[in-house]
Amino acid sequence: MNLAPNIDLFPILAAVLAAFCCGLLGNYLVLRRLSLMGDAMSHSVLPGLVIAFMLTGSRAAPVMFLGALMAGITTVVLVELIKRLGRVEPGAAMGVVFSVLFALGVLLIERVARNTDLDADCVLHGQLESLFWPDGPARWLDVLHPATLAAVPPQVWTLAITCAVSFVFVLVLYKELRMAAFDPALATAQGFHASILHYALMVLVAGATVAAFEAVGSILVIAMLIVPAAIARLLTDRMPTQLLLSTTIAVVAAVMGYLGSIALPSAMDKPQVNAAGSIAIALGVLFFVAMLFGPRDGVLATAIRRFYLTRRIALDDLLAALYRHEEGSPITSRFAPKVYARARRSGLVMPGQDTLTEAGRQRAAELIRRHRLWETYLVHRAGISADHAHEPAEHLEHLAEPLPSGGPQHDPHGKAIPPGVE
Amino acid sequence: MSPASPQPPTWNEILRVLTFQGGYNTNAVLAGAAMLGLAAGVVGVFALLRRRSLVADAIGHATLPGIVLAFLTAVAMGMSGRSLPVLLLGAALASALSVACIFAIIRYTRLREDAAIGIVLGVFFGVGVVLLSYVQHPGNTGGASPAGLHHFIYGQTAAMRAGDAFVMAALALIAVGVTAALFKEFVLVTFNSEHARVLGLPFTLLDGTMLALVVLVTVAGLQAVGLILVIALLIIPPVAARLWTDRLPVLVVCAGGLGACSGYAGAAASALLPRTPAGSVIVLSAGSVFFVSLLAAPRHGVVATVLRRITLRLRIAGEHLLEAAYEHSVSRRGVSTLSSRSLRAMERLWGWPVWMGPIVVHGLRRKGHLRRTGDGYEITGPGVVRGARIARNHRLWEQYLRTHADAAPGHVDWSADMVEHVLSPALVAELEAELLAAERQPGRSPEGSPA
Repeated sequence: MNLAPNIDLFPILAAVLAAFCCGLLGNYLVLRRLSLMGDAMSHSVLPGLVIAFMLTGSRAAPVMFLGALMAGITTVVLVELIKRLGRVEPGAAMGVVFSVLFALGVLLIERVARNTDLDADCVLHGQLESLFWPDGPARWLDVLHPATLAAVPPQVWTLAITCAVSFVFVLVLYKELRMAAFDPALATAQGFHASILHYALMVLVAGATVAAFEAVGSILVIAMLIVPAAIARLLTDRMPTQLLLSTTIAVVAAVMGYLGSIALPSAMDKPQVNAAGSIAIALGVLFFVAMLFGPRDGVLATAIRRFYLTRRIALDDLLAALYRHEEGSPITSRFAPKVYARARRSGLVMPGQDTLTEAGRQRAAELIRRHRLWETYLVHRAGISADHAHEPAEHLEHLAEPLPSGGPQHDPHGKAIPPGVE
Repeated sequence: MSPASPQPPTWNEILRVLTFQGGYNTNAVLAGAAMLGLAAGVVGVFALLRRRSLVADAIGHATLPGIVLAFLTAVAMGMSGRSLPVLLLGAALASALSVACIFAIIRYTRLREDAAIGIVLGVFFGVGVVLLSYVQHPGNTGGASPAGLHHFIYGQTAAMRAGDAFVMAALALIAVGVTAALFKEFVLVTFNSEHARVLGLPFTLLDGTMLALVVLVTVAGLQAVGLILVIALLIIPPVAARLWTDRLPVLVVCAGGLGACSGYAGAAASALLPRTPAGSVIVLSAGSVFFVSLLAAPRHGVVATVLRRITLRLRIAGEHLLEAAYEHSVSRRGVSTLSSRSLRAMERLWGWPVWMGPIVVHGLRRKGHLRRTGDGYEITGPGVVRGARIARNHRLWEQYLRTHADAAPGHVDWSADMVEHVLSPALVAELEAELLAAERQPGRSPEGSPA
């Protein structure tokens, strides 16, 4: 695969910039459960473009940007209005607004702007590849030349400015945005209006959507807004990490997707496929990986944790049963032979017979102590009758809390509580 | 409006199309679109009530990769690749997969429904776009032209033949039939899923059936309105119908009716006017229906709500005034005249806007509770009875809030003012009986109750 600056420089730049600002702002959408506002806005951009074109007759970037931005803001206001006036749930209100606006856009394009290069497909799918640089240099070293700056297409400028504005917005209002995202009422009580912040954020999201759609297409803006933030959400609970992760992931996916759209087909001797779509696929793949292999909450990590927990509880229960057996109670549960085998391997149960070793007895005593302390607590403090205390204590005994020393000598059933280890 | 359509259709033409005399093909498309609207409205009601409206959006967008993959598969197997049932089957499979993905994300991660929908929608559509760009190159498809695939994005009723319309109508009919047959079960699952489980209904199966119906309607609507706008048919008619009624059977019929009208009107307009994509016109007519409903619906419409609020406010203001006039006459030992000056002072105290005073006074005079005298107004016999009753309600509430509801004494008068107007006569009677005893005890009655 050969990348040449005259073909690939600006598309990659546009994809990275779009990914960065969408990835950054998307965090607040995901946290405030407004993900689909991005969806709504990116659909309703279309009539804004056409109306701006109808009014001015121009297809210049600033005109298009303003028109689309107005459409984005109109969407937010209309959704809010319908929610309030008709008492419609937010999802349905968004659906009503953006589908009607999108239909209006399609109709207007068909009837008014058909012969111009305003094209619904372009808005929808994005034309990353069309940002090539006709008389650009063919070698990467030549890019470091003042002429490069003059050749930057307007879409890339718009994206760069939106990126800068979003970055400064998030940096300056970091604390306020964080509070408004988690507790709007508290934020308002602290003296900054969460709703004003909400509208400011929505205007920025509209700006990012509009700036990005020409590069990546309006539907894929949704993926860029939501997926990086969602991936980061799976990996961390800390806000700074969340922001850092989501933007990094977005940028990595943008580069991955773009390169993939060239490299994979060319490896199979096929022509290049749509780059914006490939970026969405890259994001999807990353999300899938995070969902399965996330170190803390991934499906695999959870399954492994469950497995080890089950094993530990089975072993603990076996030791406790043997301990009670030594006290004179019969063993009522049946344990799998492999649980015995594991206990013997760990030196907790004597090889060849069903008695505890010294180490096993110590561990069992600790568990039984936990169990009987819990029973005592449940009966004396939580008002549970003695014949019902065993069941909950059976669960609580496995909680890994520090074991207190001292305390009562006997549990409510009159059995001795093993003394704590000093 | 459109420079490219020199002659607007004549009334005759419009009438001919609307009364199903516009030719076999047009009739079929019209009937198909109306059936589709009906089915989408009916199915959409349950999606709306289960707060799943936007799942339909993901389902719609997810059909794109399904369609293109079905095309590629058909071509690879040596079939034509343009066969409608094959493409729709692909669409249905892909959208079913998208629903499964949404629920898997909700189940296995900490993400909420909105994020799950957004992720699935964006990624599936991305796959679709990539596949679409792949089939654009003739070399990739063995020469088969993918020209028709494009129409599924925005819909293309104009290119629809009667046969396609029948496929659409048949799918819509199935959706309506299943909903009618399982109506009672759907209602239970929607409103009281616990009860449904206790009754032993197969909850997951019924829930899945509802989603499957959404998929069915989406697939049926692909040709007419396209995969982006099909969500509009599923959402808008139910939301509009919701403004008209609070009763579920009425809601379902209403939503189906509005959907059918939108489909019919949209398809007719698109048949009459050149270069009007039917999908957009259908959605826009549904949008107008919604707009009219939002304003004019008698139940939750804006006009009705505003009227109700103004009426309530005027009634409350009238009762305040009457109560004040009554207490004025009691405190002055029978001097029942309220001068214009003290009336204005009261209005200022209550913060009434200037227009309200005359309307309220006029209303009370019409009911015969107030009468004009030289300088001001005089409370009449019926007015005294009514005023005493309002004052009595006020006291009852004060007492109730103080003794039963743990309201702080400083807040009693304020909230009593608010609630005395909401009381039903029956509740007042009940309260009176209940609190009579408490009132008889000395020192418990707040400000001395008028009999």
